Amino acid sequence: MRISREEVQRMALLARLELTATEETELIEHFDKMLSYIEKLNQLDTDGVEPTAHAVAVPSPLREDQVTNQADTEALLQNAPAREADFFKVPKIIE
Amino acid sequence: MEYEAVIGLEVHAQLLTESKIFCGCSTKFGAAPNHNTCPVCTGLPGVLPVLNRRVVEFALRAALATHCHIAAASRWARKNYFYPDLPKGYQISMYELPIAQHGYVTLKLNGHSKRVGLTRIHMEEDAGKNIHDAHSDASLVDLNRAGVPLLEIVSEPDMRTPEEAGEYLRSLRAILQYIEVCDGNMEEGSLRCDANVSVRPQGSTALGTKVETKNLNSFRAVEKAIQYEIQRQSETLNAGGRIVQETRLWDADREVTRSMRSKEQAHDYRYFSDPDLLPLTVAQEWIDTVQASLPELPAERRERFMQKYNLPSYDAEVLTTRKDVAEYYEAAVHAYPSDPKILSNWIMDGVLRVIKDEKLDTGLKITKWPCPPEQLGALVRLIDEGKISGKIAKTVFDEMHHSGKAPETIVTEQGLTQVRDEGALAVQIDQVLAANPEKVVEYRAGRDKLLQFFVGQVMKATQGKANPQMLNELLRKKLSTDHQ
Amino acid sequence: MALYNLTIHEASDLLRKRQLSAQELTRSVLERIRTTDAQVHSYLTVCETEALQQAETADRSLATGGPLPLLCGIPVAVKDVILTKGLRSTAGSQILAHFVPPYDATVTCRLREAGAIIVGKVNCDEFAMGSSTENSAFLPSRNPWDLSRVPGGSSGGSATAVAAEQALAALGTDTGGSIRLPSSFCGVVGLKPTYGRVSRFGVVAYASSLDQVGPFAKDAQDCALMLQAIAGHDPRDSTSVNTSVPDYQASLTQGVRGLRIGIPKEYFVEGMQPAVEVAVQQAVAEFAALGARPVPISLPHTEYAIAAYYIIATAEASSNLARYDGMKYGYRAPQTEGLGETYRRTRAQGFGSEVKRRIMLGTYVLSAGYYEAYYLKAQKVRTLIRQDFLKAFEACDVIATPVAPTTAFRLGEKTADPLTMYLSDIFTIAVNLAGLPGLSIPCGFDENHLPIGAQLIGRPFGEEVLLQAAYAYEQATPWHLRKPPL
Repeated sequence: MRISREEVQRMALLARLELTATEETELIEHFDKMLSYIEKLNQLDTDGVEPTAHAVAVPSPLREDQVTNQADTEALLQNAPAREADFFKVPKIIE
Repeated sequence: MEYEAVIGLEVHAQLLTESKIFCGCSTKFGAAPNHNTCPVCTGLPGVLPVLNRRVVEFALRAALATHCHIAAASRWARKNYFYPDLPKGYQISMYELPIAQHGYVTLKLNGHSKRVGLTRIHMEEDAGKNIHDAHSDASLVDLNRAGVPLLEIVSEPDMRTPEEAGEYLRSLRAILQYIEVCDGNMEEGSLRCDANVSVRPQGSTALGTKVETKNLNSFRAVEKAIQYEIQRQSETLNAGGRIVQETRLWDADREVTRSMRSKEQAHDYRYFSDPDLLPLTVAQEWIDTVQASLPELPAERRERFMQKYNLPSYDAEVLTTRKDVAEYYEAAVHAYPSDPKILSNWIMDGVLRVIKDEKLDTGLKITKWPCPPEQLGALVRLIDEGKISGKIAKTVFDEMHHSGKAPETIVTEQGLTQVRDEGALAVQIDQVLAANPEKVVEYRAGRDKLLQFFVGQVMKATQGKANPQMLNELLRKKLSTDHQ
Repeated sequence: MALYNLTIHEASDLLRKRQLSAQELTRSVLERIRTTDAQVHSYLTVCETEALQQAETADRSLATGGPLPLLCGIPVAVKDVILTKGLRSTAGSQILAHFVPPYDATVTCRLREAGAIIVGKVNCDEFAMGSSTENSAFLPSRNPWDLSRVPGGSSGGSATAVAAEQALAALGTDTGGSIRLPSSFCGVVGLKPTYGRVSRFGVVAYASSLDQVGPFAKDAQDCALMLQAIAGHDPRDSTSVNTSVPDYQASLTQGVRGLRIGIPKEYFVEGMQPAVEVAVQQAVAEFAALGARPVPISLPHTEYAIAAYYIIATAEASSNLARYDGMKYGYRAPQTEGLGETYRRTRAQGFGSEVKRRIMLGTYVLSAGYYEAYYLKAQKVRTLIRQDFLKAFEACDVIATPVAPTTAFRLGEKTADPLTMYLSDIFTIAVNLAGLPGLSIPCGFDENHLPIGAQLIGRPFGEEVLLQAAYAYEQATPWHLRKPPL
């Protein structure tokens, strides 16, 4: 296998996904297949090739520094799973 | 063993733009919770960032003011981590290709100059605020600050003492305030500082293990926390211990740094270029325009003040730390060019004291000056012309501040003009001497110090209006002549 | 013939001549949804009341005469990853099952401004991740040509809605083939525009550097009308390109005479369904008969596209989907202990397996120590793939390929093996990596009477040429006129 259970667990922690043992096992197998498939990229010599992050080659547009938004707090909070007054209410954060 | 500290600072400066970095929400401090928000800065599905031009301009100003090399093309990156105040689950920042690198800040410490290198400057978005209530089982999130533009300014590990670090931060703040990109208010969090501290044996050139200290929200905290870390690390090593690479929090109440409880996951920010933003290109013309618009910076102005006004280094430093104070000083000198040093004293001991006591400044701006600079010049002119004493001048200054009247008006209205009439003074002196015959005898027996007593008594009798030089002379003369 | 059978251009004509009302047309479409959607499952939300209100408004505009917007009174469907203000938008996910957006996507605004009537939101693979619409958290859509088969994905509901005539046209999104594959499987025309041609603002992001919104339509002319309505620069999308939008309809009839059609040898490979290969070769022959000139070309890095795609797309997805954390909107797992558990359980319960697989892979390829080996490598391969196309376009004007190696497969056939499912996109993915426009047109049927699609790939911003070629082909062939047996 190309990835260990511990590594799958570490990724799950980074991605904030609770996984069952069965899911972990399935993911180990999936990673194994995918990583071995992806290995075909190593057949290519990419030395000196510039990476492409964007298919469009234009510079970043810029916006003028103007306040254009009007507060619509209610509309933004209407989908909140929990709220208190105009705050989003979330599980207690322990620093 | 003796240790040397190696210190680098990471500063986050909130930029004074009208709107947020990637959306048109206001950046104004103090709005009702979640009122400076929109779909973009709350990270709703489908939203996209569009860069604020002024943020780039401010970054360019800061970069040029600190002698940085500006990248022709820089790139936005996502820093991925989960936290309730981070609405998208990533912060848009810069990583591999920041907008500026390789600059420096020159500081003055104990008369010596020192250059502290800047590794990089980059732009990023601020997070929101989590509010913790000890009595509740929940936390509350306010996203007004999410998306407020920040500059992250990272120094080289060039500092060796807490004082140097403090001075670097003061100099950097002065620059940011001069170029009007940040108000520099540490207490309100518009200027934030993390310190990286390591120690190594004196004479060694290798670097020790670096410890990051966060939550430094005052200059005092920065210096104290670094002092504490140097001591803690030195003691740990001397006791045979090892320094752990970690992040610590400064506890301002107990004045110690505390290890942050190791978060449940190892940090792995998985930086990668943000596909929603294209590379930022800055044309040379833009750089040139910004360069041309930069004001005289604190270090240059300090030198100029020393040269032009013949000020001591200390005065020049105090007067140039803030741009508006420096401008106020120059306006006062313009109004009364004869005595720049006395004007400097009056600003340091009078104007700045009142501003500090009465908190007349907020962040970047002094909101109310005790008096206009021209009137300060006029006040000093009255002293130099002998019309009022220095002591009376203090009363006049306070009155100027409270009533807003011109010094000449106050002096006339309240009859504060010095008594320069020898005859009138002599009468007062005779009365004082007659009322204190024993003291006169003692003085004549050699207790020279009693002269001040007589001066005081006459001043009291004249309500401070006696011209001090004239009074001294007359008193001395009287006390000795009568003896003969 | 029923009203729902009309194309946009036919209906527009009748509407403008006042021989048809928008309300009649909308009612016909709504009735069609009522009678057929239990079989094909195109819709997640049908907004009958609002649609009829909009139709009434359209009728008033039509009655006053004067200049009318492009799609005035035309009932359309919108993929559920595209946000519609006040109208539930789920992205096919439990985590957004009750999400009602407070704002419209730019493409939604443009449809409204063009006078189109949004009849509902259509099904898709969760967060547009999939090739069969079986990854929808709600229910799989079914192919109107054979209900035991998938419609393709991820924009399956958009394709079935158009193929089953439950809307005159639809919007979908395409990240690796999600418009073209279902178009091909369902026998309709689908266009993925050039990256940057259409705004992504308000479109739930899967892989931001690849995602693009595009139309599903009954023919090339309708496709041109839909593209006309949504294309163009959007200041709210930094990756949207500020170049002028041509009048697609005006140039539609220019024909293909002299057009050089590149045939890449890498797209006609061992293991393809023979009927697909035959149909696409016949389509090429048809183009030749119409005056085009087929030229053999090579796109040598084609076989690396899927590998590069699954690194780049999952990496971007892992970050794009971090915002679904149960804090500000969407599902939050109940009865959890502390913040960490809330995060992990919310996402575990809110996301389906395929989404989790992609988030996990994306997290891995970006994580410390692997970034260069995977992500950076994939971005470099992306450069090679893009260069292949740019070089090929020196020798040809359009590239013709099959859309997929097979026609629609059966439900459940590929769900057990994700990689097999991924390979369905083998002919479409490279186009996204290169940011090019790609169009799928019906070009025949296989032995099971399932539609076959041909893909036309164009130069950046060359949608016009693709539509011209498709239109010319339609004039000469009957494939786009066939209707599924519903």
